[in-house]
Amino acid sequence: MFSYITRRVLLIVPTVFFALSFLFFLFFTLPGDPVNLIAGGADRNPNPITIQQVTERYGFDDPLVVQFGNYWKRTITWDLGESFRTNRSVNDLLGDKAVNSVRLASWALILEVVVGIAVGIVSAVRRYSLADRFTTIVTAGASAVPVFVLGFILQYVFAVLPNKNDFPEWARIYTSRLGPDSWSLFLIPRGDQWRYLILPAVTLASVSTALAARMTRGSMLEVMRADFMRTARAKGLRERQVVARHGLRNAMLPVITLIGIDFGSTIGSAVLTETVFSWPGLGSAIADSVIERDLPITLGLTLAVVVAYSVINLLVDLSYAWFDPRIRLGQGEAN
Amino acid sequence: MTLTPPSTREVLLSVRDLEAKFTTDDGIVRAVDGVSFDVHRGEVFAIVGESGSGKSVTAMTILGLIPTVEVDRGEILWKGRDVLTLPEEERRKIRGGEIAMIFQDPLTALNPVHTVGRQIGEMARVHEGLGKKAAMARAVEMLDLVGIPEAKERAKMYPHEYSGGMRQRAMIAMAITCKPDLLIADEPTTALDVTVQAQVLEVLIGIKDEIDSGIILITHDLGVVAGLADQVMVMYAGRQVEMGTTEEIFYESRHPYTLGLLASLPRLDDEGDEPLVPITGAPPSLINRPSGCAFHPRCRFAKLPGLCDTEVPALRLVAGDAHRSACHYAETLEGVTVDTLRAEVDQAELVAADIDAGEPGA
Amino acid sequence: MTAHRGVGPSTELEAMEPGGGDGLTDVAAARPLRKDVWRRFKSNKLAVVGLGLVIILVLTAVFAPLIATHTIIERDSGHFREGPSGSHFFGTDTIGRDVFSRVVYGARVSLKIGISATSIALVIGLFLGAVAGFFGRALDSLIMRITDIFLAIPYIVLAVAIASLLGRSENTVIVVLGFTGWLGICRIVRSSFLSLRQLEYVEAATALGYSKWRIMFRHILPNALQPIIVYGTIAVGSVILSEAALSFLGVGPVDPTPAWGLMVADGKSVLAVAPHMLFFPGAAIFITVLAFVFIGDGLRDALDPKLK
Repeated sequence: MFSYITRRVLLIVPTVFFALSFLFFLFFTLPGDPVNLIAGGADRNPNPITIQQVTERYGFDDPLVVQFGNYWKRTITWDLGESFRTNRSVNDLLGDKAVNSVRLASWALILEVVVGIAVGIVSAVRRYSLADRFTTIVTAGASAVPVFVLGFILQYVFAVLPNKNDFPEWARIYTSRLGPDSWSLFLIPRGDQWRYLILPAVTLASVSTALAARMTRGSMLEVMRADFMRTARAKGLRERQVVARHGLRNAMLPVITLIGIDFGSTIGSAVLTETVFSWPGLGSAIADSVIERDLPITLGLTLAVVVAYSVINLLVDLSYAWFDPRIRLGQGEAN
Repeated sequence: MTLTPPSTREVLLSVRDLEAKFTTDDGIVRAVDGVSFDVHRGEVFAIVGESGSGKSVTAMTILGLIPTVEVDRGEILWKGRDVLTLPEEERRKIRGGEIAMIFQDPLTALNPVHTVGRQIGEMARVHEGLGKKAAMARAVEMLDLVGIPEAKERAKMYPHEYSGGMRQRAMIAMAITCKPDLLIADEPTTALDVTVQAQVLEVLIGIKDEIDSGIILITHDLGVVAGLADQVMVMYAGRQVEMGTTEEIFYESRHPYTLGLLASLPRLDDEGDEPLVPITGAPPSLINRPSGCAFHPRCRFAKLPGLCDTEVPALRLVAGDAHRSACHYAETLEGVTVDTLRAEVDQAELVAADIDAGEPGA
Repeated sequence: MTAHRGVGPSTELEAMEPGGGDGLTDVAAARPLRKDVWRRFKSNKLAVVGLGLVIILVLTAVFAPLIATHTIIERDSGHFREGPSGSHFFGTDTIGRDVFSRVVYGARVSLKIGISATSIALVIGLFLGAVAGFFGRALDSLIMRITDIFLAIPYIVLAVAIASLLGRSENTVIVVLGFTGWLGICRIVRSSFLSLRQLEYVEAATALGYSKWRIMFRHILPNALQPIIVYGTIAVGSVILSEAALSFLGVGPVDPTPAWGLMVADGKSVLAVAPHMLFFPGAAIFITVLAFVFIGDGLRDALDPKLK
């Protein structure tokens, strides 16, 4: 296990290095004059002074190698620069927004795991029943519906309509922005906060939950047919015990992998969801920065996301190794 | 090996006229078509046959492990009670507690994410209500009993860390945890190397003597049967075709199929130029059985047209106290042995037989 | 297309990959006959529905001028943000354009981008996957490391970043989706090649003195095609979904191109008063992607019914 951990950790270092270097080449060497872009974009005509400042600030005069070195120096020290538009430090922005994204993503994850897996298990155990067929169709639909469209539909049905038709206070749900920003223990919404949290969380969770449900169902079905399940029944266990004690643990292995892989998709969905609901997180910040051509923010936040994503993937891989004893202990056979 | 004459010990299991079928998209598969036998305490009862002969289905139906099977007729009397009429909860108690099964491939039959000790101990927890520690201790005891060294450490290991032979022994250990009265071993050595096979069988027999249980040994390997079994039942296409003691089956066979099985095996004392006499043709479809005797398309003694392809032969007493055969002409087979068969057959006939027999039921 | 996990059914594609991604397929053993596959596919009602919908989509795109009632830029003054009516089946948008016609022409945009991007991804993925799977070892490691690097960057972020540099247009989206979408195909092709390479007829071909390239393309590739076709088909739907997302974020085609995602973005600010502006293009995206999901499920079940 130790060797597995060290191997995996060592592996992400070069990967992150190359990924971030790739970003450098993307932003600083691609066609399209980066100076112009950073200084304000091709449409606007930035005045020469701004261009001069930007060139100095980012060292565009220097040879590529030096630029690369500076880029890495800045990255290691986590100097992400300032927003072009507001001159605000990107790090500050990162701090503010990241918190909101983490909260939203955490709730979406909880929903995905709890609802998705539960539905998947029920579907598998009661195969071909009405519930199963219903969930099959719903999950197929949910994995196809565009996240942003779903977001709007939910908004319309649960927020716009009730507010238009004057529903009572207690039934109202809000969909713009963050709300009162009141939380306990970092994650638990206090007071009216949940009214602002629920729709974005459900939207963000939707695709992943559907996927998790389908994956769980498939995995459970496969496990149910396995020989060791038959052995467990032959030992005289009740069906419920057979499923719970022997089936679940094996079935969950691929599901964990899926959740890990799926996390990348959650980031993508988060960008969309936050935009739809104007939830001030990293996702909407990146999207906005693109429209406003605020390159330092785009690059800075992308860097942060790449690093965070790699770390999370690593953790998921390690947890998978812990769950599956075949990996944890190596494939060695005794004599 | 104890040679207790079977008839003096108590009857544990009594199967009568069992008929079991599956309904599939392609038709109804009659997997078991009228099987009856008794198993006594202390006895090794072997069920022999090709794949698809119905031997595994019979065994698993006894324990009720196949949810999709439909039992049309018959009784399965375990210690006097008909298991088929019992509620599921009662059947569950019998599984593992009184009748335990050992499966063919221990690598897939054991759960890869639980330790071996935990899986063995689970038997004791389910049937005797033991706590975790006590169950683990029992597991170590059982592993010791089947001859696994350093049982205490081994119990904490996972199945993939065991070798093939050790895994099968662990399966046996698991099966005997609650001292069942009957062990059903479904092809216990098929997935193992030849050298390991012998060891595992030895363990199996030793255990049987230790806990004084009966064993149903399901196999297609006649060599395994010869050394261990007291009684043998040969199955073909879901039906019993011959039943008797090992001696009777091996040296005085009264069914063409049994003879065919025996004759197709090379023997250690062959000189090297004796012809092998294979059974021509292929196993029959269980959905569209040949008319009359299911073996007739492949039988070298069949008298066609005649009884063989019109009437299903009944299992009847043909010699001794309990030697039964399901062949219309069983009596004519007296004196026919593998040697006589080989003497009759020459190369040309073998080739011709191959071409003629073609596909069964054609 | 792994990279498009951001927004669609593609994560499942990856999960469906043999061994969950890195294992070896027993491709050769599992190839059923074509007519059996078609028969099973036909019996899956959802899959047939999906196929029908896709055919309708293609026909709509091809015959758009005949189906649409207006052009995509003509404005009907006086009728702004009106709901569905007799002359405007899907209503009108903020500047009076007919939503129905724009949705119809939008089919062209979606199909064009979908097919182009998938084709690029297929070509890249096929080549890299074949090389990785066939030659193995050093080349394989190299290509796998490249894949890892792309995987380390969440797709939407990468897409958005590239698009912010290349400017907004249809072609930007095609390039972005094509160059990020090859990952999934590469994995599948690689698995196929890795397992097929070890089969006996490859040994035979080598013994007969065929060059490596010949073996790769004439002998292995035809057998590896089956999963590729399945994946490619599903990928088109996935790409359309991703394209819609990118357009929505403001990274794709500009007005007046009737990209469905863009139309949804337009409708965002007026959701309360003119939901139809958002709903109809949104439904178009949904139905299109759903059709591909059904086809994908149907293909998968038809090719390997045991997995049902």
